[in-house]
Amino acid sequence: MLKISKLHKSYPIGDSSLHVLKGIDLSVEAGEMVAIMGSSGSGKSTLLNIIGMLDEADEGEYILDNVPIKNLTEKKAAIYRNKFLGFIFQSFNLINYKSALDNVALPLYYQGLKRKERIEKALFHLEKVGLRDWATHLPNELSGGQKQRVAIARALAANPKLLLADEPTGALDTTTSYEIMDFIQSLNDEGKTILMVTHEEDIANMCKRIVRLKDGVIMEDVFVNQVRASQYV
Amino acid sequence: MRFLFERDTWQEVYDSLTKNKLRSALTMVGVWWGILLLIGLLGSAKGLENSFNRLFGSFATNSVFVWAQSTSKPFRGFQEGRLVQLKISDAKKIEENVDGIEFVVPRNRNQALVVHDFLSGNFRVAGDYPLLDKVSKKKMIRGRFINQTDIDEKRKVVVISEEIYKQLFEKDAEMIDKYIQLNSMNFKVVGMFETGNQNMGPTDDMHIPFTTFQQIYNLGENIGFMMITGKPEYDIVQIESDAKLILRNLNNVHPEDNRAFGSFNLGKEFAKLTSFLTGMQFLTWFVGIATLIAGVFAIGNILLITVKERTKEIGVRRALGATPFEIKRQIVVEAVFITILAGLFGIISGGWILIALDNAFGQGTDAVLVNASVSITVVFIALLILVFLGTLIGLIPAFKATSIKPIDALREE
Repeated sequence: MLKISKLHKSYPIGDSSLHVLKGIDLSVEAGEMVAIMGSSGSGKSTLLNIIGMLDEADEGEYILDNVPIKNLTEKKAAIYRNKFLGFIFQSFNLINYKSALDNVALPLYYQGLKRKERIEKALFHLEKVGLRDWATHLPNELSGGQKQRVAIARALAANPKLLLADEPTGALDTTTSYEIMDFIQSLNDEGKTILMVTHEEDIANMCKRIVRLKDGVIMEDVFVNQVRASQYV
Repeated sequence: MRFLFERDTWQEVYDSLTKNKLRSALTMVGVWWGILLLIGLLGSAKGLENSFNRLFGSFATNSVFVWAQSTSKPFRGFQEGRLVQLKISDAKKIEENVDGIEFVVPRNRNQALVVHDFLSGNFRVAGDYPLLDKVSKKKMIRGRFINQTDIDEKRKVVVISEEIYKQLFEKDAEMIDKYIQLNSMNFKVVGMFETGNQNMGPTDDMHIPFTTFQQIYNLGENIGFMMITGKPEYDIVQIESDAKLILRNLNNVHPEDNRAFGSFNLGKEFAKLTSFLTGMQFLTWFVGIATLIAGVFAIGNILLITVKERTKEIGVRRALGATPFEIKRQIVVEAVFITILAGLFGIISGGWILIALDNAFGQGTDAVLVNASVSITVVFIALLILVFLGTLIGLIPAFKATSIKPIDALREE
């Protein structure tokens, strides 16, 4: 599904540069649910951004679904993002002047689908996250948990191969966090590959595999016994 | 270009404009004001031009009036101070010998006591050829102007102005084929013309055939003055000096005697006004277009700020798979749409301004602005310029928007 080898990335800071990723090797199979953990500055977000094609590595290889991701033009990256990836952000990043339905339909718009088809699909995914009745509401009329569920529906809308989540529960309280995790787990049960960045142990333990980063290298990469979030809900 | 006809493109434009009403409104004010000024100014300039044209309208503008005065230099045994008299033959000679002459119209004028029934008054009577109608157009309300038969038969007919009619006739009384007395002679009224513009000096109250005038005032070949009209492609100032030179020669006047013949060069006065108008029109365009450009820059400026404000949104869109081209296209469409919309509002309210100007200054015969208006071509050109500038100015924020990496746009504070 996803294969990364000897990945390096550094950011220029003034005259010197900060070496953030120092040779990462990671491979993820289809159907996995991986948590990337690490303290701030460990490079976990950078790794996720490179996987998400929002950023490019300086060195190393990245193969996604047998497609080498290299020398991307902005246009190509946009098409790959649209086709392969679904993003879930900590702060939801919904477009605040668009209704929940329109937010979910946005990636489909960029896929070039017809309006009718888009609305149909978007409604289907809203139904799936249990927010069909909220379709016409604007993001500021929704609670945090609802917003994140709309964001998940949006990430799912384009039917991506890989779901990338950057601290998906970071802005939510514990109860809501577990609800969201329960939902993400159910997606994984259906076969979606999920990669998430988190710094919360309990959330990480709800994944099937934990990768710990420190100072730009992988310290630990273990498979864990998944804690089902449903028992807390 | 297919995207221009897609509902989604416009839905996006509509959403982003209506969800930010104040921003959109402020953006539009710049262009709206620019085009409003352009149309208001151009319309006023046109109105002023029209009012000048109306002032001169009844006269062939390439004309000069020439009359005789007294000499200021002794010549060929004549003393200075001699009164010079113009003759019909002078007019004929000028017509034959000066280049570029269209017509030469000899005229006579006098005061006469005019009586109809119990009403009477002292009016200006002119003896004229039918040709006068070509040089100084008469707008006939009733009947006809003097014709060649009147001249040939020295008929006692008269063409009166509307003003005279009002003074000599009862209200709504018929005037055609009625008789009025001029210096105790009966003249038949054959026509009535609209009173000309008073701004061009006193106009004639009534016209009788030139030959009749000669006879009743016993003038012989003498004429009061003549109107010389040049062909449009000839310089009227040159014609004036040529004509005067011939007149001096024919009347034994010193070639350098400038006072023997007086003249009023309508063409020269008209040219002065025309160049004034041209200058004013240039100024109008300059001010209007400068304002327009300022307005378009305001749009660009606000869009640029907006793009900064929307950095995150643009980042999200790109994370969801929008290509840079799609983002740019959307911003340019927004810019063009908002400029056109503001432009159209400007055109409409510019029209209202012109209507208001017309109501305030455009009524009556002595109006300052006559038919203040802008041609539809000019409006379309202005709109085209707007579209062009709108596209150009939209490109700046569009490039700015896509130069930010999506990762930077999405990074948490």
